[in-house]
Amino acid sequence: MESDGELLLRLRSGDERAFVSLVQRYHEPMLRLAVSFVPSRAVAEEVVQDTWLAVLRGLQGFEGRSTLKTWLFRILVNQARTTGTRESRTVPIADPEPAVDPSRFDASGGWADPPEHWIEAAEGRMEAGKLADRIRAWMDELPARQREVVILRDVEEMSSEEVCAVLAITDVNQRVLLHRGRSRLRQMFEDEFREVR
Amino acid sequence: MRLLPAFRSRDLVCQQAVELVTDYLEGTLSRSARRRFEAHLAGCSHCTEYLAQMRETIGLTGRLAPEDLSPQMRDEFVELYRRWKSEQQ
Repeated sequence: MESDGELLLRLRSGDERAFVSLVQRYHEPMLRLAVSFVPSRAVAEEVVQDTWLAVLRGLQGFEGRSTLKTWLFRILVNQARTTGTRESRTVPIADPEPAVDPSRFDASGGWADPPEHWIEAAEGRMEAGKLADRIRAWMDELPARQREVVILRDVEEMSSEEVCAVLAITDVNQRVLLHRGRSRLRQMFEDEFREVR
Repeated sequence: MRLLPAFRSRDLVCQQAVELVTDYLEGTLSRSARRRFEAHLAGCSHCTEYLAQMRETIGLTGRLAPEDLSPQMRDEFVELYRRWKSEQQ
């Protein structure tokens, strides 16, 4: 696949297809991210449209001090924040949200109901092309702030520094959200393949 | 969260170990905490499995490819690009 850097070069030289490729690459994750900031899917779509226009307008001024991807998502988040209504960005870290249901441990903190095996089954179904849509649906079920971090870190594979910059959160916050989001997803995999047995 | 009895001793219990997985994978545990975590894993097949599952969760999520744009959306974006381009001139 063509790198973002190559796309950027083509875009700057006025290549229309490069723009469509960029949209193909980032439109869907942007939409998923935007949804968590604004009240409806329709508003999220508008935010993403506005973002693409802002991207085109800002293209010549983009200095490459961050990656293209980080720059795109920053514009998106700024657009979404301006439009959205959600106020507080800090996570109440004090609220406990255990990675695993406490009832699965015994009184001494050891596993009473240990994790069931599902890795091979999940791999099989992923390779058969039958798991991706389920994972997308599970991500939509995550609390908004966890979803934002999981999309950027694990789907878009940005670094923690980039994610903190895009979402304007602290590193500790980022890690807590990532931990909770990933832990929930792991549980969803386990539940999914437990049912199949 | 109530403090588990073992929290005061040097050994981790499973319920604590699962909370350290992300810090472990992020490389943000202190050296002594990492050693305790790894020592726990060495003796605990369930937590070893748990860590493998967290890695698999991350790996599977990373394999999601963006869904294809519909032909209609493609056209809309070509249109958007051309409109912007014409504004430039």
